[in-house]
Amino acid sequence: MSLLTPSPTQSPDAHTHSGETMVPDASRAERTRSYAVADFPLPNGREEEWRFTPIDRLGSLLRDEPTGACLDWAESLPAGVTLTTMSVEEWQESGAPKPADRAAAVAAAHSGGVAVLTVPAEAEIEEPIRVSLRGNDGRVVHGHRLIEVGHHAKATIVLQHAGSAAYSEVLSIVAGDGADLTVVTLQEWDDDAIHLGQHDVVVGRDASVRHIAVTLGGSIVRLNTNATYAGPGGAFEALGVYFADAGQHLEHRLFVDHEAPHCTSNVEYKGALQGDGARTVWVGDVLIRASAEGTDTYELNRNLLLTDGARADSVPNLEIETGEIVGAGHAAATGRFDDEQLFYLMARGIPEAEARRLVVRGFFASVIRRIGVAEISDHLMKVIEEELRASDAALVAAAEGTA
Amino acid sequence: MSDNTIHTLDIRDLHVSVEGEDGTAREILSGVTLTVRSGETHAIMGPNGSGKSTLAYAIAGHPKYTVTSGSITLDGEDVLAMGVDERARAGLFLAMQYPVEIPGVTVSNFLRTAKTAVDGEAPKLRTWVKEVNSAMAALRMDPAFAQRGVNEGFSGGEKKRHEILQLELLQPKIAVLDETDSGLDVDALKIVSEGVNRVRESSNLGVLLITHYTRILRYIKPDFVHVFIDGRIAEQGGPELADQLEDEGYDRFLTPTA
Repeated sequence: MSLLTPSPTQSPDAHTHSGETMVPDASRAERTRSYAVADFPLPNGREEEWRFTPIDRLGSLLRDEPTGACLDWAESLPAGVTLTTMSVEEWQESGAPKPADRAAAVAAAHSGGVAVLTVPAEAEIEEPIRVSLRGNDGRVVHGHRLIEVGHHAKATIVLQHAGSAAYSEVLSIVAGDGADLTVVTLQEWDDDAIHLGQHDVVVGRDASVRHIAVTLGGSIVRLNTNATYAGPGGAFEALGVYFADAGQHLEHRLFVDHEAPHCTSNVEYKGALQGDGARTVWVGDVLIRASAEGTDTYELNRNLLLTDGARADSVPNLEIETGEIVGAGHAAATGRFDDEQLFYLMARGIPEAEARRLVVRGFFASVIRRIGVAEISDHLMKVIEEELRASDAALVAAAEGTA
Repeated sequence: MSDNTIHTLDIRDLHVSVEGEDGTAREILSGVTLTVRSGETHAIMGPNGSGKSTLAYAIAGHPKYTVTSGSITLDGEDVLAMGVDERARAGLFLAMQYPVEIPGVTVSNFLRTAKTAVDGEAPKLRTWVKEVNSAMAALRMDPAFAQRGVNEGFSGGEKKRHEILQLELLQPKIAVLDETDSGLDVDALKIVSEGVNRVRESSNLGVLLITHYTRILRYIKPDFVHVFIDGRIAEQGGPELADQLEDEGYDRFLTPTA
């Protein structure tokens, strides 16, 4: 679909910025949530939740029809962990959070069933639970999964995405009371892949959930991560690392909805961009409702522009309805590669390419250290090295080309 | 470097300009000639804006400063033809006036990387750790420093000690110290000066010491003093010139433009 083709839902004057379509929601809480695809008209690109996304490149991902295609699965499940299925109706009845945009509504409606990963109550699973998903033919795939972690259970789940697909998914993550859960979602798609995801995290009473998004590959990756609290005392941490190359659009949107009292949230996303048309978007919405006394929240986004021609948007939104909180803060910044840092390192004899690598690794270090899953941290460092080596090679080639 | 080779940094008729914010080039150095040899300490003094720091940056090769004419050589090699990193590997060192923060890069990683680059091979781990620890102890630096990000959240004094720590560990032939004394209290000034003196004695270092004040010269004795005014050396002499400046200030060099 093209931006210039009016969809049936648009009024004839949709191309002028008419007041009606541009009125923002009074509160983040007012954004539509529904199982019904019809409740989400085809976006025209001016909607708050779609305004950064290249919707003309989404192909048929927003079309309200099943495709029957699926990704290849490979999983390693430690003893006690089960993988089952449930119907979409059962999922709806379970009270899992509803889809929040058209892509998610379409995915949930046409997935054909929900894959359910269950960690039983009080189970302590030492080794990471791995689920590897691979697309083979670039077809449109609707994914639908539920991760259920019982009360006082402890687990780390690693979801790996690779290959070629146009993938739209809904993932519900429900952590029981006192659970300690880490979910890592790794996007290492091929260059032509598209991935639209809605991850809903429900943090149980006194539970602690970490959601870690690592996005490196894919043409378009747009991940919406939403957190709510089922009771007081919950802790949610969202960490993200992304690296966009020429032509890639990597978008991460977070919405932490504090309704229960005495809960904490901490969001830290860091991204680097290199190459023409490399594009990243980070939107961090935090809502502290009137009932959420004793909330402590902080969100941070930093972007490092390594070359010209790249663009990073960073939009933190903090909505506070009660003054009875411990803390609420945010920081967002996008900076160019600092030539003074480069000069300092080179003045100590360190060659330019190595100096650049040191600075970029240092930039990511704080968030990578906090991931706490050794295999992910190590892998991430390696991939970042490779990205930087590739860009060194490109710089050298460019220099030789002009010589 | 404990050999007795005499190294020579030779600066001839150096003209340097810097691009202003409006895009026009402005000449800061207008013909500076100066020779620094191993074992010698040269103090460069002068009022603000006289071009002292510009000389330091031009020697190190900061991209903001353009050498429009003149030459800099180290043992006959053309320094101006070298990149910033090559100059450091050739044996030049600049202790910066305002060291930048490099978040997430630990001091320990940075020092090892720099040492490896300068020597052309990685230092032997066991002796290197000992060397770093004793150099840090001599500069009264907390060992926990090694695990902090480079200059990240350092106080002014900590940054300057960190610069001198690098001077001790990298063992250059010629060092330029750009207002290393600025922002230091007396205790820190003594510690930093002792560090410089240790390197001078142990490695026959040649030093170009840039300062606005005379007080650091009580701890680091210069062999030569050069007074910078308007991008030129207005007067040179021995250590007695510094004493004279302490009493009289720069006023007599600053002729009113009437």
